[in-house]
Amino acid sequence: MSTQHKSDTMADYVAMRRICKTFNRDSLNEIRLFQNFNLEIPKGQFVAVIGSNGSGKTTILNILCGSVPIDSGSVSVNGKEISRLPEHQHSEFIGRVFQDPSKGTCPQLTILENMALADNKGTRFGLHFGINRKRIPYYRSQLELLKLGLEDKLNLPVSSLSGGQRQALALLISTMTPIDLLILDEHTAALDPRSSENVMELTQRIVGEKKLTVLMVTHNLKYAIRYGDRLIMMHRGGIVLDAAGEEKVALQTKDLTEKFNEISLEDGN
Amino acid sequence: MDILLGLLVNVLQEGFIYGIMAIGVYITYKVLDFPDLSVDSTFPLGSCIAAVLITAGVDPWLSCLAAFGCGAIAGCVTGLLHVKLKITDLLSGILVMTGLLSVNLVILDGKAVMPFYNKDTIFNSGFFGTVAGNLSADFRVLVIVAGTCILVKLLLDVYLKTKSGLLLRAAGDNAQYVISLGKNPGTMKIIGLAIGNGCTALAGCILSQQTETANVASGKGMVVMALASVIIGTSLLRKAKFIKATTAVIIGSILYKACLTIAMQLGMPTNYLNFLMAVILTVVLVFNKVFAGRGKNSNVNPTQI
Ligand SMILES: Nc1ncnc2c1ncn2[C@@H]1O[C@H](COP(=O)(O)OP(=O)(O)OP(=O)(O)O)[C@@H](O)[C@H]1O
Ligand SMILES: [Mg+2]
Repeated sequence: MSTQHKSDTMADYVAMRRICKTFNRDSLNEIRLFQNFNLEIPKGQFVAVIGSNGSGKTTILNILCGSVPIDSGSVSVNGKEISRLPEHQHSEFIGRVFQDPSKGTCPQLTILENMALADNKGTRFGLHFGINRKRIPYYRSQLELLKLGLEDKLNLPVSSLSGGQRQALALLISTMTPIDLLILDEHTAALDPRSSENVMELTQRIVGEKKLTVLMVTHNLKYAIRYGDRLIMMHRGGIVLDAAGEEKVALQTKDLTEKFNEISLEDGN
Repeated sequence: MDILLGLLVNVLQEGFIYGIMAIGVYITYKVLDFPDLSVDSTFPLGSCIAAVLITAGVDPWLSCLAAFGCGAIAGCVTGLLHVKLKITDLLSGILVMTGLLSVNLVILDGKAVMPFYNKDTIFNSGFFGTVAGNLSADFRVLVIVAGTCILVKLLLDVYLKTKSGLLLRAAGDNAQYVISLGKNPGTMKIIGLAIGNGCTALAGCILSQQTETANVASGKGMVVMALASVIIGTSLLRKAKFIKATTAVIIGSILYKACLTIAMQLGMPTNYLNFLMAVILTVVLVFNKVFAGRGKNSNVNPTQI
């Protein structure tokens, strides 16, 4: 394993290496979050990330999406170094679903308009007609997969949908065009238990069908155990638990709560 | 009766001319959610361009295009200040508004007012001037300004349905969504501001051709007037789902002009005009809050038929 040269395997399909990040440098509330943080994800792996508040989960996702610049280190996806690209260029190969259901869609545009925009991701967005009527049956068939009856509401503005419906739509939209990496930031946190189960099932199905590489942050230990091929626990900008394969399958909610208790003892609370 | 008809024609003329500006401000204020103050100076910019070009013998319609272009450039500057230099939206507008005051004076070669009587304008020359030639002067102006205003409206309606137009609406609605599509929402803001200020300069250009003078001070109160038209139109016609927002805005502009004219006819002194404009906008804003329903986003959908 250690003799294998790194760059010729798919083991580092997504790679964050020697990441250093300090917020509010040289001020009273300086936060030295990452010091030489490393994370590698092979192609097609579904990683669930859990961890205490403020441990840096969202920041990892923000760095991958280019919303937060790093101080030093490198970030690459599918062989491309991306840490210096502007934020919007990251989206060309990364899809993201946010915790806040209103972020993943345009509330005032209709479902159809939202889907038509997403369908054109990666093109020039010129003066052609925005909605291609011939694509509507395809949009409908995609919406049918959600089993939420949205296929009959194409002309309704997204603002009239519930949080769960919006999140399901956001998931569909972010995976409509081919992407290298799907990022889910507590995307079920704002939903009621029923809708969040639905959205998780949907996530599982889409990820399986499209064979996506996924990084999912969640505070739901059950989901972290049930879904994904690998589980990572973060604490204070570091990885304190990293389980894949057999080891992950053997994990129980109890193990994770114990680990959490251990951590908070360290913190003295 | 003749007086009433004359007043009506006058209200419609001005309503359509300022309606062109209101459509532009609809794009920046409603679609992009950008309170753009540069409008106060891009309006006279259009007038000044018209005066200089028409005096030099340039085709009046070509002058209109030139005015639109110059307004669009001014809008781009506002956008660049905001997007690239991260200056707040209000301040970017104020900076461009202030800077343009000098630019306008330079264009008019230092004069504050520049008449250009007896030159070819869109109202007395060319194809449309002749076609509408056997109408009385007032009706001819009305037909031409209404035609231009509706043309601008139709062009924008079509634009808002293109991919670029959809992206523009998305940028005003949820910038993060535009980023998710791999596009820069800042670029869309700049495009929107270019369109908005282009339309405003076009309105200024057409107004100056009607009065055959350009006045650097003609832009005072344009922001308020345009906003009032946009808000009157979109809130009064909110329930009328079959009316497009751009149409609603033109109707708003006409209604607004009608209010002002009625006040003047009732004997209000001219000095109070700007005061009245501010009062009308205040009243509209308050009514809009009261009737809009608790914080609900119930704008007229721009592509609703
Ligand atoms: N833009 C920022 N400016 C300053 N500090 C920040 C910024 N973003 C994150 N931080 C700090 O970095 C640390 C990690 O934050 P982050 O949001 O990544 O945590 P998290 O693991 O997602 O927590 P949670 O479980 O609460 O979502 C926190 O201490 C936070 O205060
Ligand atoms: Mg977080």
